[in-house]
Amino acid sequence: MLTMPAADESVLARRAEIVAALRAIVPGEGVIDAEEERRAYECDGLSAYRQLPMVVVLPSTVEQVSAVLRYCHREKIKVVPRGAGTGLSGGALPLTDGVLLGLGKFNRILEIDYANRCVVTQPGVTNLGITNAVTADDFYYAPDPSSQIACSIGGNVAENSGGVHCLKYGLTTNNVLGVQLVTMDGTILRLGGKHLDAGGYDMLGIIVGSEGLLGVVTEVTVRILRKPATARAVLLGFPTLEAGGDCVAAIIAAGIIPGGMEMMDKPAIHAAEAFVHADYPLDVESLLIVELDGPAVEVDELLAAVNEIATQCGAVYSRLSNSEEERARFWAGRKAAFPAVGRISPDYMCMDGTIPRKQLPFVLNRMSELAEKHKLRVANVFHAGDGNLHPLILFDANKPEELAAAEAFGADILRLCVEVGGVLTGEHGVGVEKRDLMGVMFSEGDLAQQQRLKCAFDPDGLLNPGKVFPALHRCAELGRMVVHKGAVPFPELPRF
Amino acid sequence: MSDTLRPRSLDELRDTVAAAVANSATLEIVGSGSKRGFGRPVQASRLLDLSALAGVRSYEPAELVLTAGAATKLADIEALLAEKGQMLGFEPMHLGALLGSDSAGTLGGAIAANLAGPRRVKLGAARDHFLGAVSVSGRGEVFKAGGKVVKNVTGYDLCKLLAGSFGTLSAMEEVTVKVLPAPAKSRTALLFALEPQEAVAVLSQALNSPYEVSGAAYLPAAAAARSGVEYVRKAGTSVVALRLEGTQLSSQSRCKSLCGELSHLAAIEELHTMNSVKLWREIRDVAPLLPDAAKAIWRVSVPPVTGPAIAAAVNGEFILDWGGGLVWLATDAAGDAGASAIRAAIRAAGTGHATLVRAPLPVRAAIPVFEPPEPALAALSQRVKEQFDPRGILNPGRMYAGD
Repeated sequence: MLTMPAADESVLARRAEIVAALRAIVPGEGVIDAEEERRAYECDGLSAYRQLPMVVVLPSTVEQVSAVLRYCHREKIKVVPRGAGTGLSGGALPLTDGVLLGLGKFNRILEIDYANRCVVTQPGVTNLGITNAVTADDFYYAPDPSSQIACSIGGNVAENSGGVHCLKYGLTTNNVLGVQLVTMDGTILRLGGKHLDAGGYDMLGIIVGSEGLLGVVTEVTVRILRKPATARAVLLGFPTLEAGGDCVAAIIAAGIIPGGMEMMDKPAIHAAEAFVHADYPLDVESLLIVELDGPAVEVDELLAAVNEIATQCGAVYSRLSNSEEERARFWAGRKAAFPAVGRISPDYMCMDGTIPRKQLPFVLNRMSELAEKHKLRVANVFHAGDGNLHPLILFDANKPEELAAAEAFGADILRLCVEVGGVLTGEHGVGVEKRDLMGVMFSEGDLAQQQRLKCAFDPDGLLNPGKVFPALHRCAELGRMVVHKGAVPFPELPRF
Repeated sequence: MSDTLRPRSLDELRDTVAAAVANSATLEIVGSGSKRGFGRPVQASRLLDLSALAGVRSYEPAELVLTAGAATKLADIEALLAEKGQMLGFEPMHLGALLGSDSAGTLGGAIAANLAGPRRVKLGAARDHFLGAVSVSGRGEVFKAGGKVVKNVTGYDLCKLLAGSFGTLSAMEEVTVKVLPAPAKSRTALLFALEPQEAVAVLSQALNSPYEVSGAAYLPAAAAARSGVEYVRKAGTSVVALRLEGTQLSSQSRCKSLCGELSHLAAIEELHTMNSVKLWREIRDVAPLLPDAAKAIWRVSVPPVTGPAIAAAVNGEFILDWGGGLVWLATDAAGDAGASAIRAAIRAAGTGHATLVRAPLPVRAAIPVFEPPEPALAALSQRVKEQFDPRGILNPGRMYAGD
């Protein structure tokens, strides 16, 4: 079971004084002290883990964020940043001796700049809120995590969120141009802007996906795109998982990068169909949704090619969307897959590994064996285009042995992903959920170098400790170098 | 430069760097050496030659992933990908012609310099395609960054930091990149006789259209007159170039629609595959269009609408790429080569950076080659450098004086 760093009693003893100091920085309702109100912040989207924060602060200006961090830095108080709280890896899990810093009041879009193809926004604006602000002019923001109606762009930056369109349009990191960042000592920095790429070290690139461990983002500049002229989707059903997997590989090998390419296995198909009635075929082992977007003539040409490939791969079912309504229905089932699975099981746990696509049949077969071993059911939805698996482990949290079994099953699945050449997380982040598995993918030396980067931003380790890294090390210890005194010969190499 | 060290394996690379740490030696890192003239002059006691760390280690087209020794020749990678109908999506420029080398450099070098060609506006830079690396830090320790799959958020994205770090943080032994299908056909719409401001408005309109423009450049009359493509060379005026790629049917149809929308703005001509490919190679590599070897060459990234103002800030020829957001400037290589005027124009533009890609050694030694970061960012960059290379033994001085 997960353990968080032990609470610092000396900090807890000063709680009243800390609350008062924060109130001096953020007046009025911006500091939440009462236990019943703090309760609303006890977890994020990974609700299996809960802790009550020592105090919650909701600043509304960058100056307040800077002052809060400067104060906490001086007083050696831990801080956990939080966006909309929809994260699935526990990155915003509070600390009982820490300040929870919520960015919810940063909820305005600051500028829409079509000439430079970007939007400048505060971090609390939702992902969909950005698209909504430019949709009347036929623009959109490309990364579209399934939680886009609720998740904030600041959280997307922290987690480097993906979505169903990222094979063609990239993850958050490929669509963010700049941020304003406040580091733990209160320094306000601008990284990037309306131009492309960095003039020196790419600090923006390292901030995206840093899970709130390096700084607090207070403003984001994102790239926006013109909406594709048309989009059409095809549903393809296969008699085996292998055939579906082969079809995905064959489509890509033919030089086609679909706007979206999703796969579901039989349990997921059935759950989704029962929930939203998308007219999915129920007698297939795997279902692909392939969406092509672009000019109508290109979409029609490529869809014909996809259909041809699918036939060669043994598809037994094929249905083309003939209207926007029908296309939306194809997606409704997929996008509702998580809640659909939630209806057939008291609880479920969503995993997020990425594998080389060719390993899909092996991984799914192995997963069935693991399901038997752990005596649990699993449904699979899969961002097939980029190899990102979302196995949904079904269990009943009221049975303690099932929660433990689900956790063990999940860890086995992620180990399997790494074993076949993949990674622990494709888009949800490490957070607390996968923290203790980092050693499966990275050596001590790899992790030490990552933690040294943290030392450059936050040498006291005050920002979001206990997340991402399985063991905390002091920066002095990480910085120590073993240098052999006296002359060490260079290795015997060819010399010129 | 007393000695050249040429490790043949990851272990040898690690031992070499560790020995340099122990002996207080400093290392200049080279792959093929094609970019040695780019950046500040490095003062190192030894040359670390990575050229033996070459060769493709795995490539499966259907996975869209390629892993190679960091010093694998870029030209070899591009030839291999072309055989399978694929490409590097970031369209790295071949810097050789600009820097007086006949080599296009190595894959690791393209990443270390975070190169990006005209396709940057659609598909990103090297940073956006760089999935993983095995590297040796300036501590003499091996570390792995990223992974070998196209979607990965496990831990910090150290690859972003290594891309564009010019070998000042680590020596890369192996790199993994995302690759993409190459478009079957390429077409280019040319619009003639537009002033820079008008041209950028057209570039913006095209990039904001639904036609998936994959290149958007502006060549003033003098640069256009040097093109190897007849339609461009003989235009006798400035040329806006807009690239559309895809299947035959799709590129043709999109080019037609785009030309229809822009035809009231200027005279239009279309280039088909061979000529289109040729023109974009010239724009990518810059040297064919700005060939005067005596000039200093600047690469400036700014908000696209401010490109013309940057170009107007100094005397000298220019071309615009990335819809106006990338300004290539050829200035007199005397004095500060235009540095203060260019950087003042960037401050007026709001954000951006200027890099001196080519200049005689004394000029590169005297002025900041890379955009000087504001003090807080400079301090952070220095702290990051110290975490990877605490003794400052890797490419000392390459990016900033005294680093």
